[in-house]
Amino acid sequence: MSTAMAPEPVDNGGDARTRRSIARAVLANPTMVTFGALAVIILAFSALAPGLFTQGSNFVQLAQNVAILTVVSVGTTFVIITAGVDLSIPSGIVLGQVFAVQALKLLPLGEGTTAFDATANQTTALSVLVAVTAALLGGLIIGLINGVVVAYLRVPPLLATLGTLGAGLGVALILQDGVNSATYALDPVGNGALIAGIPNLIPIALVVVIAGFVLLHLSVFGRHTYAIGSNPEAARRVGINVERHLLKVYVLGGVASGLAGFLSLSYFSTTSIGGFSTANLQAITAVALGGTSLFGGVGSIIGTLIGVWIPAVLKNGFIITGVQPYWQDVAVGFVLIAAVWFDQLRRRSRDRG
Amino acid sequence: MTAAATDVGTAMAAAIPAVSAHGVTKSFGHVRALRGASFEAFPGQVTALVGDNGAGKSTLIKVLAGVIPPDEGEVRVDGEPVHFTDPLDAKRRGIETVYQDLALVPDLDAAANVFLGRELRRMRFLHDHAEMRRRTRNAFVELGVGLVQDMRVPVASFSGGQKQGVAIARSAMWASRVIIMDEPTAALGVIQTAKVLELIERIRDKGLAVIFIAHNLPQVLQVADRIEVLRLGRRVARFGRGEADVDRLIAAISGAYTNDEPT
Ligand SMILES: Nc1ncnc2c1ncn2[C@@H]1O[C@H](COP(=O)(O)OP(=O)(O)OP(=O)(O)O)[C@@H](O)[C@H]1O
Ligand SMILES: [Mg+2]
Repeated sequence: MSTAMAPEPVDNGGDARTRRSIARAVLANPTMVTFGALAVIILAFSALAPGLFTQGSNFVQLAQNVAILTVVSVGTTFVIITAGVDLSIPSGIVLGQVFAVQALKLLPLGEGTTAFDATANQTTALSVLVAVTAALLGGLIIGLINGVVVAYLRVPPLLATLGTLGAGLGVALILQDGVNSATYALDPVGNGALIAGIPNLIPIALVVVIAGFVLLHLSVFGRHTYAIGSNPEAARRVGINVERHLLKVYVLGGVASGLAGFLSLSYFSTTSIGGFSTANLQAITAVALGGTSLFGGVGSIIGTLIGVWIPAVLKNGFIITGVQPYWQDVAVGFVLIAAVWFDQLRRRSRDRG
Repeated sequence: MTAAATDVGTAMAAAIPAVSAHGVTKSFGHVRALRGASFEAFPGQVTALVGDNGAGKSTLIKVLAGVIPPDEGEVRVDGEPVHFTDPLDAKRRGIETVYQDLALVPDLDAAANVFLGRELRRMRFLHDHAEMRRRTRNAFVELGVGLVQDMRVPVASFSGGQKQGVAIARSAMWASRVIIMDEPTAALGVIQTAKVLELIERIRDKGLAVIFIAHNLPQVLQVADRIEVLRLGRRVARFGRGEADVDRLIAAISGAYTNDEPT
């Protein structure tokens, strides 16, 4: 009478129970399931195209391809864990690009030219710094507006960020007079390799992933992010400033988009005002594939990382094995539905009251 | 039974209440929820607050917990007047509340819930989950909350009684003066109710003032050292242990009996 609060099934001990509970823990962990799916896909393609698919260079290429999506997906993981969503990612990216370009144009380089006109071998640390700061600022502004509108004006995030999606792209078009501009000033960032053989985008994305991991899983900020997504009222009653925290989360998402804008400008050497229109849906897909719940309160950075890779690996595998790559869209669509369905099942079985 | 518990409700003049309300009024529009309500809870005692639906019990404890400010009247902590502007004010004074809906975060584990908003930190911004889990486990052992083997799972998968245990243990860990519980046994079965009542007694024996709202009168008579009866927003009766029975409580709740002069 004096020990247990609630009568749990008596522990009959033994390995069988442990093994069963490990199996249950694995199945209950959506990240493990997605990781299993990714492993199966990689193994299947490796068998279908021995040598080709598993080449190191192929994986480096893939990692570079997913780097920009990885950056925005890390940001959007936080947003979705608060039970929110950020559709404005494309405008954050494009504003990041445009702000960077405009800032480079303000930085004189002598003889009437600016850092914007620099060739790849004229790149300076200062111009990179100016461009990255401006890009982050562009994303920050979008994130700030999202956060204020969602947290304080209580507009549902779907519509709030749909609004800033349109508005942000509009502002980018105004600033650019409707045309893209090309610059090679950031080329060494986007196409160089400080670590031999590994293009810069990869370590940059990796740093973002690690920072996101520490912030989400190890910091008090991350803990409060989960709490707010899971039960905002409970968070409020223990004294967490829910509105201010939500604002910070949307700012984080915006800043990640701005950084992605800087990276894409460096990589493609041009703004691409119409080029990232589905980045929001890709990021949401990646996050959901990774087991982060759209209902909030559950999710992980590792899951998101896996979720980013699944569509990329599928597409790459289809190309290498000679299947029409459009099958990627079909496959990802169904995998996504399965992942979300799985999340629902897990929730229902978990909430036993 | 503790020494304090043998005191009678009408002979408390000597002791200073851990928390008390004096002539508190509170209106919501035209509804006068509290009309000069007084209330006292003493350290080391379980004080039950009973009354009919709408008598003002929840409103009164929200005033004591800093959730709503009173229109008139005074709240005192250890005899000193206080003016709470929000629940954090009350928490700082060692007053914790277990709300009827528990206010747990279902997707976080027990330790994260217990320390939510007061996380132990490393390097200022990281949380020290291992230490939080250790302290939570110790607190659970000390309080007799049997969740020790379930420390990693989210509380969503707990039974109703286990969740109640986490919510009460959380309050018990942080409360240094008063724990307020609004119908903590309302949703529980017989066995789990017994365990929660036992938990309440353990917390009482640590020297805290426990305020306990319930409609189940036999339960109240079993666990309460003192009973205060609220009717139409005012205290109408108070009893020490052994002074009341179910019939007399019902009489007080329904207005047929009173032993308290309106203040
Ligand atoms: N926020 C509010 N707005 C308007 N009226 C309120 C509010 N809170 C309480 N009341 C009213 O005040 C009166 C007292 O309510 P209270 O919740 O304190 O009663 P109670 O004794 O806790 O009842 P129960 O046993 O049903 O929980 C009721 O008439 C209730 O409708
Ligand atoms: Mg009530």
